[in-house]
Amino acid sequence: MSLNVLYFAWVKEKVGTGEEQVSPSDDVQTVADVIEWLKTQSPGHADAFADASQIRVALDQLHVPFDTFIGNAKEIAFFPPVTGGDW
Amino acid sequence: MIRVQSEPFDAGTETNLFLSRNANSGGVATFIGQVRDFQDQDSGSSKTISALELEHYPGMTEKELERIAAEAHTRWPLNDILVIHRYGRMDLGEAIVLVCAAATHRGDAFSACEFVMDWLKTQAPFWKREHSNTDSSWVDAKKSDDTRAERWNKND
Repeated sequence: MSLNVLYFAWVKEKVGTGEEQVSPSDDVQTVADVIEWLKTQSPGHADAFADASQIRVALDQLHVPFDTFIGNAKEIAFFPPVTGGDW
Repeated sequence: MIRVQSEPFDAGTETNLFLSRNANSGGVATFIGQVRDFQDQDSGSSKTISALELEHYPGMTEKELERIAAEAHTRWPLNDILVIHRYGRMDLGEAIVLVCAAATHRGDAFSACEFVMDWLKTQAPFWKREHSNTDSSWVDAKKSDDTRAERWNKND
């Protein structure tokens, strides 16, 4: 599997980059699997994903839950819950 | 029509353009969101917000706004919707977002405008960072925004 991974807001700051290409092993199949795999990649990744309840995910630019299968998706993004203006 | 931009926009000019495109609509509702110094009022702290920075997910932001506008069109008989949303750094008092909804009757225009704002706040990939006189920090999501967005769930 080859995935373009994007990070935003404090997730980006903790990981230390906004974008990276990753190629996890074939047993990585769902969004939750990708998170567990990413946590092993660096202390920054582990810190960013330490509390997964604070993380939201988009697969090919659509919001998805953690149990979604990656399938043929090309892009996955991790970010905090969205916060627009304050009205 | 959807526009996502870093440049400031003039809400009055944009609204007039929208009105001229929808001269046959009996009701047009508009909403303008502005940058305010909310930290002071909400927490009572002495911190003063000087500016706001919105990070976004280029590509997905446009898709989400298009999806929300399309959903509004399926729920109410609308003639037109305009959403302009800024990203990047903004100063106090500047407009962040403009939503215009045009319909034959006011009820549909009001509802669509409020629906677009409520969904936008919980679905569109924007993240807010506040710059104050002392530091800058990411703002946490609000439960009240989820509650407002959930009012529009069809299965309630």
